Amino acid sequence: MVNQTKQKKTSWIALLCVAALLLLVIILENLSAWTGVKGILAPTSQLFTVLKKAAVYSLVAVSMNLLNGFTGLFSLGQAGFMLLGAYTYAILTVPAAAKDQVYYLYGGSAIRYSVIDLLGKLFGSSGAGGAVSLILGVLIALICAGLVAALFAWLIGLPVLRLKSDYLAIATLGFAEILRAIFQWQRLGPVTNGANMIKQFPTFTSFNIKNAAGREVLRLSTFVPFLVAAACIFIIVLLINSSYGRAFKAIRDDEIAAEAMGINLFRHKQLAFVISSFFAGVGGALFAMYVANAQAKVYTSTMTYEILLIVVLGGIGSISGSCIATFLYVAASEWWLRFLDVETVLGNGFKVPLLRNGFRMVVFSVIIMIVVLFFRQGIMGDKELPDLLRRRGRQSKSAAAEETEGGHG
Amino acid sequence: MAEKNERNVLHVENVTMQFGGVVAVNNLSIDVKEHQIVALIGPNGAGKTTAFNCITGVYHPTNGLVEFLDQPIVCAHPTGKMKKAYKGEEPEKYVHRHELNPTPDQITRLGIARTFQNIRLWKSITVFENVLLAKHMRAKQNVFSATFRGNAREERRMREETMALLEEQGLDRFRDELATSLPYGLQRRLEIARALATDPTLLLLDEPAAGMNPQETQELAEFIRQTREKYNLTVFLIEHHMDLVMRISDYIYVIDFGSEIARGVRRDVQANQKVIDAYLGVAEDE
Amino acid sequence: MEYAVSILLSGISLGGQFALIAIGYTMVYGILRLINFAHGDVFMVAGLMGIYLSASLPFYISLPLVIVVTVLLGFVIERVAYAPLRSAPRMSVMISAIGVSYLLQNVATYVTGGQPMTYPELPLLYDTVKVAGTPTKWAVLLTPVLVVILVLALTTLINRTKIGMAMRAVSKDFEISRLMGIKINSVISVTFIIGSALAAIGSMLFFTNYQGIYPTVGAMPGLKAFVAAVFGGIGSIPGAVIGALIIGIAETIIKGLPSAWDVSVFSDAFTFALLIVVLVFKPTGLFGEKATDKV
Repeated sequence: MVNQTKQKKTSWIALLCVAALLLLVIILENLSAWTGVKGILAPTSQLFTVLKKAAVYSLVAVSMNLLNGFTGLFSLGQAGFMLLGAYTYAILTVPAAAKDQVYYLYGGSAIRYSVIDLLGKLFGSSGAGGAVSLILGVLIALICAGLVAALFAWLIGLPVLRLKSDYLAIATLGFAEILRAIFQWQRLGPVTNGANMIKQFPTFTSFNIKNAAGREVLRLSTFVPFLVAAACIFIIVLLINSSYGRAFKAIRDDEIAAEAMGINLFRHKQLAFVISSFFAGVGGALFAMYVANAQAKVYTSTMTYEILLIVVLGGIGSISGSCIATFLYVAASEWWLRFLDVETVLGNGFKVPLLRNGFRMVVFSVIIMIVVLFFRQGIMGDKELPDLLRRRGRQSKSAAAEETEGGHG
Repeated sequence: MAEKNERNVLHVENVTMQFGGVVAVNNLSIDVKEHQIVALIGPNGAGKTTAFNCITGVYHPTNGLVEFLDQPIVCAHPTGKMKKAYKGEEPEKYVHRHELNPTPDQITRLGIARTFQNIRLWKSITVFENVLLAKHMRAKQNVFSATFRGNAREERRMREETMALLEEQGLDRFRDELATSLPYGLQRRLEIARALATDPTLLLLDEPAAGMNPQETQELAEFIRQTREKYNLTVFLIEHHMDLVMRISDYIYVIDFGSEIARGVRRDVQANQKVIDAYLGVAEDE
Repeated sequence: MEYAVSILLSGISLGGQFALIAIGYTMVYGILRLINFAHGDVFMVAGLMGIYLSASLPFYISLPLVIVVTVLLGFVIERVAYAPLRSAPRMSVMISAIGVSYLLQNVATYVTGGQPMTYPELPLLYDTVKVAGTPTKWAVLLTPVLVVILVLALTTLINRTKIGMAMRAVSKDFEISRLMGIKINSVISVTFIIGSALAAIGSMLFFTNYQGIYPTVGAMPGLKAFVAAVFGGIGSIPGAVIGALIIGIAETIIKGLPSAWDVSVFSDAFTFALLIVVLVFKPTGLFGEKATDKV
C-alpha cells in the first residue's frame, strides 16, 4: 500500500503546482496594472493570446488523447464535437437584447432566452448579482455544451464504434463534416444563424472585474480559460487513474484479452467516446469564447488534424505531454516565429531573403516535420511529468552515490 | 480426484464451426463434471482452440449448444448462406431453440475464465494492474463514482484481494513491473492469476504448458491441481503435452480434424489405437 | 431530360476525377496501411504547377512536365517523410502524412501569397461541344474515357507484370514479402509514382472545370476521394472507381436540385452520410470482402 500513499502525495503536489500556475497567470496578467509599468506585459501582449488559446487547445488535446491515446480508438471527430459545444454555448448565452442584432438576417432568434438573462432575473443583473449570474450562466452553458456534444457522441457511437481503426477514423471525420454542413444550413438560420457568426455572447474578457467607474481592477480573462481547462483536465486525469481508465488502456493494449476478462468492449468504448466528446464540447465552447464568435466554417477537419498533431507531438498516452505540446505548438505558431512574416531590412541595407507573409508557417511546418520524423515518441512518450521527475531524482541520487563530484555545466 | 457429484459444469452438444467450406470443429460434444480436470487433446490444427473460442464467445459456432451449470449460454444453427453450405451434422436440431450469441465478456461474467495459447497480457500496465483489472467487471462502481473516488472502499477491497492473489502466486515481487517484462513462465502464471481474479467457476486453460520444460510442466501440474482445490474450480484444458495431460486429467477427449476420435479416462485413451495413430504414434513433436 | 443528361454527364466526369485521386489513396493504403493525407495536397500542387509551367511554356511541354514534377514530388515525399518511419507505429506515419499536407499547404500559401490562382484554359479540354443541347467541356467528355483507359492499364500492370505481382504480394503481407526478397522500397516508390501521376492527370481535368486554385483546394477532393476508396472497400481499385463514380454523381445531383430547397450546402455532407450508411451495413466497404485480392 506504500504505492498508494506515494501516488496520493504525487497528486497533492501536482494539485499544488496547478494552483500555483493559476495564481501565476493572474499575477502575470495584472502585472502591468499593479506595477504601473507600461509596456511590460501589457494586456494586449501576444503572451496572453497564446496562453488563452493554448489553455483551450490543451483541453481539446487532452480529450482527444483520452480517446486516441488511452483507449486506442482512432477518431477524427474532434472538430465536430467542438462545433457542437461552441454553438450550444453561443446560442444559450447571447443576451436576449442582442439577439435581434445578431440574427438580423433571420428576423431574430428562435430561442428568445439566454441563460444569463434568466439567472439575472434571480440574482440581479448588475454588481455582485450580475457577477453571480454571469459565472453561473457561463458555467451552465459550458456544461450544456459538453452535454450536447456527449449526446451526439452517444448517438454517433451506436453505429460507428463497431467499425475498426481507419474506418472509424473516416466515419467520425465524416460526421464532423456533416455537422458542419447542418449548422450552415439556411433553414436552421433562426437557431444557428446560418453560415454567419453568432456573436456578442460573454467571452473571456467579460470576466475582467471592473469598478464602478468602468475601469478594470482585476483582469481574469486568461485565468478563466486556465481554470476551466485545468478543472476539466483534472477530471480526465482522475478518470484515467481509475478502474475505468485502466480498462481503457486494457482495450488499447489487447481487445481480445480485455473482452475475455469481462470488460464490455462496446460499453467502455462508448464511455470513452462520450466522455472525450463532452470535454471536446466544453473545449469548443471555450474556443468560441476565445475567438468571440461561433462560426461553423472554422471547425474543419484541418482543426482536427492540428489537434491530433499536438497529441502526437506531446506523446500519445501522456496528459502532461499533450499540455506541454499545446503550449509549445501555439506559442511557436502564433508568437515566436512571428518575425518570419515581416520583411526585414538589416542596418546595412541587406534585405533578409525569404522573409515575407506566410514564411512563418512554412518554417513552422518544417519544424513539425522534423519533430515527427526524428522524435517519434513525442515530447513525453507515454510518460507523465511526475514519472519523469521521479526518475530524474532517482538517477541523480544514484549518480551522486557513485561519483563524488558530478559537476557539469 | 474423487468426483464430488455428477453435476455438469460444462455441457457442449453437437458444436460445429464451419469457416466458409472448412469445418474446423465437427459435431463436438463434451461434458465437464464439477470439480473435474478435463483435457481436450489432439494434434496441431485439430480445432482445439477453435472449440474453446466457440465456448467463450470469441466465435459464434455454426451449429450446436453449450450449457454452463445447466443453463444454455450459446446456441446456434446454420443461417443465411451457411444453410446451404453447411456440411456438419444435425442442422435442424437447434432451429427452434432460442439463438444465443453472447460476447466473451458476458461469458466471463457468468463464471468462465480463460487463458490464451499465445499469452495475452496487457503490455502497458503493471503486473498488479493486470490482475486488478480482472476484478473490474465484478465491481459495483460506475464511471462517476470511480472518477470522483466515491468507490474508495471497493477499490481498497479490490486492491487487497489482488495483492493476496499475487502473493499466493509468488508474483508480488513483480507487482510494479510491466507485465511483459516478466520471464515467460511467470507470464503464464500471471495469466492464470488474472483469470482467477475474475472469480470463475470453470477455468479454461489453452495450452498452459506450451514452451515449458519437463520440470516446469511437472510444477504446473501440481499448481493446477492445488488451484482447483483451493478455489473449488472445475478445469477444462487444451494441451499438447501428453505428459501434463496424463498426469492430471480425470477425463480426456481426443479430436483430430475437428472431430472426436476418442474419449475416456487416461488408460482408455492411451490404449486407443485411433489415438495412437492420429496423435501419439505420428506426432510426438517438440 | 437534357438537364438530366447534363447532370449525369458532369457527375460521371466529377466521379472520374475523384477516381483518379482515389486510386492513389487506395493503392497506398493497400500497401502501407497508410491514409496518405498529403495526397489531396499533391493534387493541389499539380494544379499550381499547371498554372506556373503553362505560363511560360507551351502546353505540349508544360502538361507532361506537370506530370513529371508531380511524380517527383510524390516520390520525394515518400522517401523523405514515410520511408524513415517504416518500422514506426502506424500512427506516426499518418501524422507524418498530416505534417506533409500541412507543409505543402503552407508552402503554397507562401508561394502564391495566399491569392487564389486561376487555372489556364487548356486547349481541347477547355473547348466546349454541345451534348444533348447543353454546351459541355471536352474535359467532361474525356474524363470517363481516360479513366477507363488508365484503370485498364493499371489492372494490366498489377495483374500481368512482375512489379504488379510484387505489389500484390506486398499488400497481402508486408513482412513476408520483405523476407521473400521483394524490394519493398521500390514497390512502394512505384505505388507513389503511379498515384501521383494519376493525381496530376486528375488535376488537369478537375481544374479545367473548377478553375480557382487556393492552398486548401486539395483538401475536400482529397477527402472525398479517400471516402470513395473506403466506400468501395479500401485497397480495391475497381472499388475506388465505383465509389468515386457514385460520389461524383450524387454530389452533382444534389448541387443540381432546385435552389429553393437550400440543400446544396449538403453536397459534401451527403458524401459522408452515404459513407457512414455503407459502413454501418458493410463495415469494410462495398467490395471490402474481396479484401484478399487488393493491391
